[in-house]
Amino acid sequence: MKLVVTIVGKDRVGIIATVSSVLAENNVNILNINQNIMEGFFNMVMIAEMSEDSKLQLGELQKILKAKGEEMGLDIKAQHMDIFNVTHNV
Amino acid sequence: MITIDDIFETNRMITENKLDVRTITMGISLRDCAHPNITKFCQNIYDKITKSAEFLVKTGEDIEAEYGIPIIHKRISVTPIAIAADACETDTYVPVAEALDRAGKEVGVNFIGGFSALVEKGYTKGDRTLIQSIPQALATTDIVCSSVNLGSTKAGINMDCVREMGEVIKRTAELTREQEALGCAKLVVFCNAPGDNPFMAGAFHGVSEGDKVVSVGVSGPGVVKHALEGMKGADFTEVAETIKKTAFKITRVGQMVAREASKRLGVPFGIIDLSLAPTPAVGDSVARILEEMGLEACGAPGTTAALAMLNDAVKKGGLMASSHVGGLSGAFIPVSEDEGMIHAVSQGSLSIEKLEAMTCVCSVGLDMIAIEGDTTAATISGIIADEAAIGMINNKTTAVRVIPVPGKKVGDTVEFGGLLGYCPIVPVRNQYSSAAFIARGGRIPAPVRSLTN
Repeated sequence: MKLVVTIVGKDRVGIIATVSSVLAENNVNILNINQNIMEGFFNMVMIAEMSEDSKLQLGELQKILKAKGEEMGLDIKAQHMDIFNVTHNV
Repeated sequence: MITIDDIFETNRMITENKLDVRTITMGISLRDCAHPNITKFCQNIYDKITKSAEFLVKTGEDIEAEYGIPIIHKRISVTPIAIAADACETDTYVPVAEALDRAGKEVGVNFIGGFSALVEKGYTKGDRTLIQSIPQALATTDIVCSSVNLGSTKAGINMDCVREMGEVIKRTAELTREQEALGCAKLVVFCNAPGDNPFMAGAFHGVSEGDKVVSVGVSGPGVVKHALEGMKGADFTEVAETIKKTAFKITRVGQMVAREASKRLGVPFGIIDLSLAPTPAVGDSVARILEEMGLEACGAPGTTAALAMLNDAVKKGGLMASSHVGGLSGAFIPVSEDEGMIHAVSQGSLSIEKLEAMTCVCSVGLDMIAIEGDTTAATISGIIADEAAIGMINNKTTAVRVIPVPGKKVGDTVEFGGLLGYCPIVPVRNQYSSAAFIARGGRIPAPVRSLTN
């Protein structure tokens, strides 16, 4: 299953490192990273892949990322990629 | 390839513009539950509903979390009880409504619809029993919704039922007077009711549907309004294009949710109802879209044209996004459930007569309108007859959901709570009586446009 991880918040050192290590610990493979910083605000989108036989459910990963985000003052979401496919591809 | 901007745009639609899926509704046929003994019948329907919808709420919550799209309600619609219970040897269906209420609560849904009768041409014994049971049924249950279809383009209007429903609405208001006549918010009278509508209070599982079906009702007035905010001064061709594109996106989300729910529940996908359904929350209003088009206040001359264009563009945009479109599919204008409508009524820009005109060009009818408690049954019947006539002649669904709140006068406000919202009492031109007209009864014959063969 392909996931979209979005991170929004005030820029600081170590955002990518922290999020990617959470994904690595949970065996989620990062396919693409895209980020920009506008007026000190950090916007990042990661496309990642969770294997179909993953023991971890998406719901659990969402909880872990949300908690990490709160620690760092960031809003981190992980969503099934299809919601973006349907709204932007015919 | 999806860009970073696309992704943030979608998430902004959800978080800032209140894009949501209003409801996943599971339709369940109760035709195989018939039994002459009402206790046995109630057990049969309870068992079938709780077994069929056991995982409905959980499935909805899972999809909501995984895709990050709010799914506000999970609901059930059932075969009109007047049909399913016709064989019962009883003079009241109140126990059936109570069984529906228990079953719905057991599986955790927000509403269960289908305490209904289809009587546009005439009554069976079951239809009579059902209609007489409505006030008590709505007073003793919490989540049961009731509807009566009393007219159609094919059959004309059953004026006996029009008369009776005025009285039923009054009795329902009386029996639920402690809760601001809340019972009437769960009761809708239809002309040309569709059998696959996932929205309440009018949802029922039509007789031509399969055993079980999953349908989805989308929402998204806030998203449309937001899209139009960037279009100041643009002409209507451009405005219509923007609405179409936005409706397409909204409906695609609904289609995805429906497909996923259908797969996970093992129940066939029915339809997407591509309605713009408002809520009382700020930023989720159909009235505010009309105002965004350039009207100072909803109800000003031009409102009907604005709504007609909106309604049509929503359909055009949504059609291609879904494999099956059905239900009511259009813009809703429920007064108490729409922050902008509430404001328009409060400031006097929107009257019930203008609302009636608006129902000619949008998806439903006079919806969630609180009126004075001493409005007579005949006047309410007159309102119903007018709406039914609009539906019959224009070959569209129309409905009436008015709430005559006991003890309330123009100038008062009533609070229904939750998605049902709040509403100032709307003035009705009732100093002139409709009583002799309504007392005639009989049937208004089907119009000439019913003869299409």
